[in-house]
Amino acid sequence: MRFFKYFIFVFLVFGCIPHQKELEVYDFQGIDSFLHQKDSKVHVVNFWATWCAPCVKELPYFEQLQENFEKDVEVLLISLDFPNQYETKLKPFLKKKQLKSKVIVLDDVNMNTWIPQIDSKWDGAIPVTLIYNKNKRQFYPQSFTYDELVNEVQKFLN
Amino acid sequence: MKNLKLLLFSLLMTTTLLAQKGYDIGDVATDFKLENIDGNFISLSDFTQAKGFILIFTCNTCPYAVAYEDRIEALNKKYASKGYPVVAIMPNDISIKPGDSLAAMKKRATEKGFTFPYVIDREQSIFPQYGATKTPHVYILEKENNTNIVRYIGAIDDNYKDASMVKTKYVENAVDALLNNKEVSISKTKAIGCSIKI
Repeated sequence: MRFFKYFIFVFLVFGCIPHQKELEVYDFQGIDSFLHQKDSKVHVVNFWATWCAPCVKELPYFEQLQENFEKDVEVLLISLDFPNQYETKLKPFLKKKQLKSKVIVLDDVNMNTWIPQIDSKWDGAIPVTLIYNKNKRQFYPQSFTYDELVNEVQKFLN
Repeated sequence: MKNLKLLLFSLLMTTTLLAQKGYDIGDVATDFKLENIDGNFISLSDFTQAKGFILIFTCNTCPYAVAYEDRIEALNKKYASKGYPVVAIMPNDISIKPGDSLAAMKKRATEKGFTFPYVIDREQSIFPQYGATKTPHVYILEKENNTNIVRYIGAIDDNYKDASMVKTKYVENAVDALLNNKEVSISKTKAIGCSIKI
């Protein structure tokens, strides 16, 4: 009986951990290193939010890209969800979708400062995507289909 | 002849590109005739007493727009009597966002007690001329010889999350400057918003 209680205790403590994945929340300074990695991979950085319908629509293409180009490409999904919706919207969304790509969250109100630092052409509408490797980078203020996405990534792989 | 064709083509392309880009500071903004939530059609030219306008592309369904609802109403309360009324334009395609229909706009305006006109760009013909891409997206216009000149484009202030934490009130500063015949010091700002649904 004692063993059983112990078992229940251990189960409760450790059994929950994988589901309680904490969000990685950064300010702009915090995400800067993710935007300038100097390894040999092609980095595909997508800015999105659960409230942005065109963003949610294209997420599967980024997932597909990550899966099909696992060795050469690293997809990073940067969520711009509101802090007061992390628990109610973002976490349940991530749990439901079980995304394979890395997801981080950007929470920084100084938008007029950081938006132009990502790209001078960006006026703040999402989705937008940044593709870069150690030699070049390009900014895409648009939605993607899977084929369009692969097409752009190929330009970085060759 | 070939050159002429090329020239015409280039001109056409340039015009198209310019048209897509929308307004910059100093450009003349178009007037419009759009249906308000009370069923009447509104034009900027109806506001004979106005010195200018705080024109805001906004909607019901974007969380950023919702976060700014009270601040938009406060802007109208503060500046309508001084000659700068708020005019809100809903630019989304309502077949994609049914929550932005005229009936839904009217309901929201009643709930929130909006005192400014909230009109719908049903044909989606006005927002592309301005170059609005997201909600909320502000254009401050100054009346000059019966035209409306763009004096500010961008965000309402620098903290969407918390009105009490705002450091710079971009729109208020711009309107205050115009009311005092001064130059707008920050005339363009950027902020995250929801893309206009087309």
